[in-house]
Amino acid sequence: MRLDSKVPAGPLAEKWDRHKFEMKIVNPVNKRKFNLIVVGTGLAGASAAASLGELGYQVKNFCIQDSPRRAHSIGAQGGINAAKNYQNDGDSVWRLFYDTIKGGDYRAREANVYRLAQVSNNIIDQCVAQGVPFAREYGGLFANRSFGGALVARTFYARGQTGQQLLLGAYSALMAQVDAGTVEIFPRHEMLDLVLVDGKARGIITRNLATGTYEAHPADAVILATGGYGTAYYLSTLATNSNASAIWRAHKKGAFFGNPCFVQIHPTCIPRSGDYQSKLTLMSESLRNDGRVWVPKKKGDKRSPNDIPEEERDYYLERKYPTFGNMVPRDVASRNAKDVCDEGRGVGETGLAVYLDFKTAIEKFGHPTIEEKYGNLFEMYTLITDENAYEIPMRIYPAVHYTMGGLWVDYNLMSTIPGLHVLGEANFSDHGANRLGASALMQGLSDGYFVIPYTIGDYLAGTELKKISPNDGEFKQAIEDMKQRDQKLLSIKGNKTVKEFHREIGNLLWEYVGMARKEDGLKHFMQEIPKLRDEFWQNVRVAGSADTLNKNLEFAGRVADYMELGELMALDALHRRESCGGHFREESQTEEGEALRDDDNFTYVAAWEYKQMGNWEMHKEALKFEDVTPTQRSYK
Amino acid sequence: MEKRNMNIHLKIWRQKDSRSKGKLVLYTVEDVNPDMSFLELLDVLNEQLITRDEEPIEFDNDCREGICGMCGLVIQGTAHGPNPGTTTCELRMREFEDGETITVEPWRAKAFPVIKDLVVDRSAFERVMAKGGFITVRTGGAPEAGSVRVPKEDADLAMDYAACIGCGACVAACPNASAALFVAAKVSHLSLMPQGRPEASRRVERMAAQMDAEQFGACSNHGECEAVCPKKIPITAIARMRREYWKAIIR
Repeated sequence: MRLDSKVPAGPLAEKWDRHKFEMKIVNPVNKRKFNLIVVGTGLAGASAAASLGELGYQVKNFCIQDSPRRAHSIGAQGGINAAKNYQNDGDSVWRLFYDTIKGGDYRAREANVYRLAQVSNNIIDQCVAQGVPFAREYGGLFANRSFGGALVARTFYARGQTGQQLLLGAYSALMAQVDAGTVEIFPRHEMLDLVLVDGKARGIITRNLATGTYEAHPADAVILATGGYGTAYYLSTLATNSNASAIWRAHKKGAFFGNPCFVQIHPTCIPRSGDYQSKLTLMSESLRNDGRVWVPKKKGDKRSPNDIPEEERDYYLERKYPTFGNMVPRDVASRNAKDVCDEGRGVGETGLAVYLDFKTAIEKFGHPTIEEKYGNLFEMYTLITDENAYEIPMRIYPAVHYTMGGLWVDYNLMSTIPGLHVLGEANFSDHGANRLGASALMQGLSDGYFVIPYTIGDYLAGTELKKISPNDGEFKQAIEDMKQRDQKLLSIKGNKTVKEFHREIGNLLWEYVGMARKEDGLKHFMQEIPKLRDEFWQNVRVAGSADTLNKNLEFAGRVADYMELGELMALDALHRRESCGGHFREESQTEEGEALRDDDNFTYVAAWEYKQMGNWEMHKEALKFEDVTPTQRSYK
Repeated sequence: MEKRNMNIHLKIWRQKDSRSKGKLVLYTVEDVNPDMSFLELLDVLNEQLITRDEEPIEFDNDCREGICGMCGLVIQGTAHGPNPGTTTCELRMREFEDGETITVEPWRAKAFPVIKDLVVDRSAFERVMAKGGFITVRTGGAPEAGSVRVPKEDADLAMDYAACIGCGACVAACPNASAALFVAAKVSHLSLMPQGRPEASRRVERMAAQMDAEQFGACSNHGECEAVCPKKIPITAIARMRREYWKAIIR
């Protein structure tokens, strides 16, 4: 199968407009005859479901939480980028496009990234009209700040809760459509499988998590907006229920998986403290606007940070990257934190932390200003660590945060399965090998509000879709398969809990497919994982039964998928013998230890086709750069 | 400062389903690290239960950083536990004493039936939101964002109210099981924004009617809601909602 990205012809800046005109449109009267399924209610899912309902389609919207408003987009703190140039600091659509494609280390599709930058401004307009209370200055104009990888202040924010406010905006639009009768919501429903009829995505199988009932939902097209797969690492900044099962099961039904090894490790998280720990908490990257990152110059310096004099501190980001300083992109900041800790200069009990110090900023701007900007983040830090960051520097360490990889989609956001569309973090995305801060919210809303409402019409108007029913053989068989899978999990009654297995696969991934990867480590991982997978299916202990609320069973199903997905992540990392963005191959670095790309051999998207467990075929989508010239990224 | 591990006793509400009767069951967890979160303590207990072939305790949770609103337990008689201005997931074991017995119950309100153990059904909130918790705007039909200025004071105040996470602690704490603070927070947020004014009357009337239909009680100004709100939503929201309501019906 040849991958067709379906990027429209013409000059970069005109592609999207031209494409919008050339796409087929479903007659308004006919829209209500189409049933669409949207899985996920985060920024991408809720905005898509609301916008499609508004157009007149009949939409079913599913989520695993008890309310659509709880999707993990809500956890995003810092902000959302847009090329409004309200600060008159030289921003433009072109600059946002350029920063994003450069930040992604030239491993994203030019046309997609340009479209993202184009619609960024519409997103802000849309959210403001919904009543999102963005931060304002006296005089009533917008307050903006800057984020890593950018030299302009283009980030809009609502205190430290931007994701929450944008999601509540999308959720309110969704609820308006529920009231209008175009969207039906299905909270506490987990998608277990994708159903194909005649090779097209025609529905899903769900389990009602409150009652344990298995259900078939037929549709004319399926849209997945189920987020990333960072929870495969066990500890991450994701929510406990975030998981990869929807995209993984679609992958096993034929959707290619793009760049699975591209994982973002966020530099500013609260370090781990014990084995019981269930998640890591992120401190917004916006803190790096005013916080200064440092470690002691001396190895193993156990003094309290306030007792270490200025001349014995190493502000290593400011030293190594004088232009961007503390505002280098996330991958660069994370890798540098790992390097200084590996040198033995890490701080805190575990030695796996660096300081983020606000002393200079507090002296310069005063305590009230810093409190107004970051108050809730400082409070959160105190709650978790019992320390006051106004008086003693924060301790931070990188943690898994976002996955740039995901299901491969074309320019229309359609996967390799006709009718299966994938939005937001769940697709292999516009972020290449590294996502810039405040760009995830932008992409989720761009896909949901401004791309899928047009492109789905083109698919529906141009495709013959036969009438189907939940009683058709395909659906009945899929329900039976899912019931049996759950029964199998419950019947093993082994000696290790689901959590123990999750921790084990997570530790392996962090060790070998984490911040730095190398050939022998990846090969070792690939030997270990089939063994762990076999052990899981022979020795896992799952509590309770399937006919009731049973979170342990839900988790078992998800952890089983990480055991498979982990292997593909390592396979992809092994084949990509270059460093780019968040993917750092130790064999490929510059003399100064920076990531070294290999454009001659790896300027492509690796899209993996599932054959059977342990066997994938790689397809390449070559990336052509017609409007920008890939250069070695430099933030010096 | 030396931190010592603790032994903690838990009296936890167990209930098979909405039709069954529930009861408090006593458990003990030994060697608890004070930096552990309360939900991590329940995780540890559940691991022990699973190993002993007992059914784990069901409780809702998701982000574990105080923003999604999914967790919510009544701990020692207080919604979200002893610390003001925090969610259950933000509570740490250092707030408790070694050897302490902690009672853990679900939200209790007619409008929030128990699904299992500590998990309740809060879909009544969804139905109230669907009646008017939004500003009507067509996707793509929005004017240029910078064309309307919003005074900083209004935007800040609107944000105070918009910070509601929809956890339902206000309902659980209220002697009348009223949802007034939840509904008032949304009404106040949207009516403070200039974009929300055109629908202000319709919004408050429809949301208030649905709130009654869901069998939430009436507000009689106890103020328990404000005291337990993890986002410290001020009770002035309810005064604002009443003002909007009277404005709407006297029109």
